[in-house]
Amino acid sequence: MSSPTEASRTLTYGQAVFEATRSEMARDSSVFVMGQGVDDPRGMFGTTLGLHKEFGAERSFDVPLAEDAMTGIGIGAALLGMRPIQVHQRMDFVLLCMNQIVNMAAKMSYMFAGAHHVPLVIRAIIGRSWGQGAQHSQAFHSYFMHVPGLRVVAPTTPHDAKGCLISAIRDNNPVVMIEHRMLHNVQGVVPDASYEVPYGRCRTLSSGKDITIVGISHMALECVRAKHLLLDAGIDAEVIDPVSLSPLDGEGIARSVERTGRLLVVDTGWLSCGASSEVLSAVFERIGHKRPFLGRRLGYLPTPCPTTKVLENLYYPSAQSIASAAYGLVRGEGAAAWQPAAVDSREVVEFRGPF
Amino acid sequence: MEERINNPAARLYRSMYLIRRVEEEIIRLYPTDKIKSPVHLSIGQEAVAVAVCDQLDKRDYVFGTYRGHALYLAKGGDVPRMMAELYGKVDGCARGKAGSMHLVDPEVGMMGTSAVVATGISNAVGAALALRMKKSPAIVACFFGEGAVDEGAFHESINFASLKKLPILFVCENNFYAIYSHVKDRLAGPGLCARARAYGVEAELIEDHEPMKLHERVGAAVAAVRGGSGPRFLECMTYRWRDHVGPGEDRIHQYRPDDELNAKIEGDNLKIVGDMLPPKLRQSIEAAEEKRIADAIAFAEASQFPADREVFEHVFTN
Repeated sequence: MSSPTEASRTLTYGQAVFEATRSEMARDSSVFVMGQGVDDPRGMFGTTLGLHKEFGAERSFDVPLAEDAMTGIGIGAALLGMRPIQVHQRMDFVLLCMNQIVNMAAKMSYMFAGAHHVPLVIRAIIGRSWGQGAQHSQAFHSYFMHVPGLRVVAPTTPHDAKGCLISAIRDNNPVVMIEHRMLHNVQGVVPDASYEVPYGRCRTLSSGKDITIVGISHMALECVRAKHLLLDAGIDAEVIDPVSLSPLDGEGIARSVERTGRLLVVDTGWLSCGASSEVLSAVFERIGHKRPFLGRRLGYLPTPCPTTKVLENLYYPSAQSIASAAYGLVRGEGAAAWQPAAVDSREVVEFRGPF
Repeated sequence: MEERINNPAARLYRSMYLIRRVEEEIIRLYPTDKIKSPVHLSIGQEAVAVAVCDQLDKRDYVFGTYRGHALYLAKGGDVPRMMAELYGKVDGCARGKAGSMHLVDPEVGMMGTSAVVATGISNAVGAALALRMKKSPAIVACFFGEGAVDEGAFHESINFASLKKLPILFVCENNFYAIYSHVKDRLAGPGLCARARAYGVEAELIEDHEPMKLHERVGAAVAAVRGGSGPRFLECMTYRWRDHVGPGEDRIHQYRPDDELNAKIEGDNLKIVGDMLPPKLRQSIEAAEEKRIADAIAFAEASQFPADREVFEHVFTN
């Protein structure tokens, strides 16, 4: 991991993804990018913009609307030593790739006892806001976490976006990288140099002693906002970003909960059989026998995502609802409910799409 | 490996005989329950894999299906390691983790087989894309049954292969039946070749019982693909003598007429090719292959089962 002394500057998350891709393409001629619209004038929200001009049309190219076969084609190229990066503007469409990802990519190494490996990166972007609706907003990271043979990362900061993508590209195994669309314009400090963010190591975004709040992907930002709200109520929350969902750093999260005795997991997704359940059980199995703790989960409402803003606002956890839930866990059932004033999430409010 | 024999019929016979006899040995051994793996036998269909692989080079790649014994052997896959794999032993081509349905031997370009129909087609096209990117002179041959043409993956894949003019030969082994479902109950329109042509891919149908013609036409198709003119599609009519899965016959299910099956057995391709050879040559080929098979079975018997710790190995590659 990079140290703060190295040269760095502020980039957006999208710029960090672009920089990781571009630098790896320059470093390794087997790296290439394929996906619907990667070479168009928008360049996948800027993350692939102009790569086809710099590296040639063979190394960054548009594909037919054929998610199933295109995933299989990426796998086939990977079998012969190429390192494809496949990009999906919306994760909803990755459902069309499930056969190839689950039956082929995840199985090749094991089924053929190491005779094959699949160095494939699948970037899946989760949409939100500006009327994305039920089919442009879904987050399926838990589906992939379920499958042995896949790695799943969900970086929140520009720093981790760059480092996770570089790790994924250099990995000899299939990696699904979850990017939340709301994160693409968020800024952060990113080192100039090339670096890898390791799998299975969570990141403490903010230390605290009263409660552990784990926020997945974009929800980590809301959790940091919630922390500030909670300070007004005299509660000091520790906010953890798992970064890597599979493997998950159960140990790291459990160490925090061992101190705080309270765990709130906030997911960018539905609760049932979700990543939040996995975090909760990972902690429980490690420390439940020796350190009783209170646990709770927040995530998308158990409905499809509504398009109209007033309903959409109810659908997602917010800094306000996260702070309120954390307060309830810390102060106990006897305490009166507490709800801070709502705070704007700049990246959500400012998002004007159209996609 | 033995030296390449100049007489093509002798080469085809050697390979077809090996496949036929390996599978007959599997049938013989199956009641012992030493082969704990579902087997999808190629008996009756040997000529297709053999004719195609004979026209390929060792450096070329093949992708196949769960009915993959013939392809594995035709491409030169290691016989002892195949038998050990069927026995679930550690010396198997995938250390017992694959079984009959997922044979693999990258040393000879046998890239593996998939049990989910048509999924290997797009992997094969991806391999052809990689060859293009690497400026390799090798090509890919992709094997699948006519049932795979029902799947969207076939259409998506052949479209992309044609669009990019990739070096790939599509080999459709049309044995009429997807398990017990006849192609006429599944296929609309004017046939499989027409589907390939709709994507701008040259296609040719070759009847069963013409193994030498098949060999010749494959040669022309391989030369065209290697010459850079893009993908080709061959519909090779063939016939499976045994049940979809398992070592037995399947007449009891009466999903196909006995007369149809009898006629195919009567017109055995292996016999057609064997009868083209001088008896002495034929006998010497058969004796050599019999020894090879006996040695392979002995190897499988002697090999050990994998250690318990291997259950966790190879989930990821370092």
